[in-house]
Amino acid sequence: MNEIVNGLVAVVKRDCPTCELVQPILRELTDKGGPLSVYTQDDPAFPEGVPGVIDDRGLAFSYRQKIEIVPTLIRFEQGREVERVIGWNRGEWQAITGVKGLGDKLPENRPGCGAINIEPGMAEELAARFGDTGIVSRRVHVPAHVDPMEAMFDRGWTDGLPVTPPTEARVLRMLKGTRRRPDEVIAIVPPDRAACTVEKAAVNAVMAGCKPEYFPVVLAAIETACGPKFGMHGVLCTTSFATPMIVVSGPISRAIGMNSGRNVLGQANRANASIGRALQLIIRNVGGGRPGPGGIDRCTIGHQGKYTMCFAEDELGSPWESLAVERGFRPDQNVVHIFTGNGVQGLHDHRSRTPEGLVATYAQCLRVVHHPKITYSTALLLIAPEHTVHFREAGWSKQRLKAAILERLQIPVRELMPGYNDDDEGLRRITPEQRARLDDPTLTIPKFLPDGLNIVAAGGEAGMMAAVIAGLSLDIGMDWAEIKP
Amino acid sequence: MNEELQDLVLVDPTSELHREFRDRLQRPQSLEGLTVGIMDIRKDPGEIFLDRLDELFTERGVKVKRYAKPHFSWEAPTELKQTIAAECDIVVEGLAD
Repeated sequence: MNEIVNGLVAVVKRDCPTCELVQPILRELTDKGGPLSVYTQDDPAFPEGVPGVIDDRGLAFSYRQKIEIVPTLIRFEQGREVERVIGWNRGEWQAITGVKGLGDKLPENRPGCGAINIEPGMAEELAARFGDTGIVSRRVHVPAHVDPMEAMFDRGWTDGLPVTPPTEARVLRMLKGTRRRPDEVIAIVPPDRAACTVEKAAVNAVMAGCKPEYFPVVLAAIETACGPKFGMHGVLCTTSFATPMIVVSGPISRAIGMNSGRNVLGQANRANASIGRALQLIIRNVGGGRPGPGGIDRCTIGHQGKYTMCFAEDELGSPWESLAVERGFRPDQNVVHIFTGNGVQGLHDHRSRTPEGLVATYAQCLRVVHHPKITYSTALLLIAPEHTVHFREAGWSKQRLKAAILERLQIPVRELMPGYNDDDEGLRRITPEQRARLDDPTLTIPKFLPDGLNIVAAGGEAGMMAAVIAGLSLDIGMDWAEIKP
Repeated sequence: MNEELQDLVLVDPTSELHREFRDRLQRPQSLEGLTVGIMDIRKDPGEIFLDRLDELFTERGVKVKRYAKPHFSWEAPTELKQTIAAECDIVVEGLAD
């Protein structure tokens, strides 16, 4: 591109009635022989009758001159812009060109049209094209003849399913989903203890299929899962089933369209699916946590939630306060909770119509978490509307429900001994005092401590069901934090 | 616009760390005069195995020092690692289950 030293520059596109309107004006200015350069954004044959139109379909000139409206007319003096007018205004055009009587037969004023270089999504494409992204991560060039989807599999970047190619433009768009700086380190990710910046999180969120509006939830999930309380390293390398499970409370879950209703733990909701997946990809790609040969994920069996495990509480349909409110947040605060999820145990009770009956059902099903003889467990009990309605009608609080379940899950030590019920699982050692009282049914050990059992309302309007999601342990595997914009 | 086939430019999602391979320390030819650290990661019932190792070392006149992590799921605190490095010549770290 030649540097413009002195004279006028017009930027136009054919797909703009005001640019069509000023065609004769541009011809007239050219005929007068003044220095005028015309850049066209969409059609090098436009404006007709003007020689030497400069093809700016690549938008380099428009991008650098920050053109927002066409037509734009700029006056340069000694290489510097001194004046600019947008759209058509007879007085302004006459002033900037110094041509009296210019466009006397045209209407006095017509607004212009949006320039192509500022169309939605274009800003990021052009920033990438002209190298102004600010992205500091390494770039990987995939040759045109190589399928990028295969190239990403080959580099080990995926969880086994295809990922969205993280182009610079997509990463820039993701970064616009937060006010946080791209270079902010949000977590040290196990097992490699690698620093995860907002930028690296954005790359993986793109790959997971997130929209930018989900990104604050992704960032909070990463910070919390990799924070000091959750124990992500242990969750990753355990032989057990655990994976980080994200539960979102607060208005953001509704604003971004998360699912808390029908099929809440199932497929098809983009926000639920991609937020959980983004966290998994961060642990894989940034932290280096992988299953398979040489990987530190030593899970014996695992479950499909290791692709993604994320859902929202049904705060509007719940008879109870949310998890976030239980933990001291206000209902208008957005909160991410991270649990360990060992997979879903579906629970049916189509007959009980009282809190007492449902408590008995829940307690029996919760008793078998991990193994009937394993105590001090953790679990999330997710209850669907056709069960919660009975607690609402009977005026039961969440605390009352939880206390009633825990009371039923004080397990007599006798039933926890190896050999009881014919299997050899059970307590590895007991004290002499416990041994002396083995026949005493009041000598018990809790299946759950109060903090180990959490209850949320979610699920579809039809179906007398609940779900138990076992967790890893109380020592690791639970934390929460407010979601920052 | 340029209509030729172009490379697709992707942004690297990884930490961009490089693996570093380090040789293991030389194994001692003899335990004579050395102090052996035994670190229990606190996973049940690892201490049964570690207690027996302690006995076997002690029977042979090897000086043993015992350490434990706060919890098996958590990384050993830096202070603990530094203490072991300062006080021991070799260390045995026991897994369990």
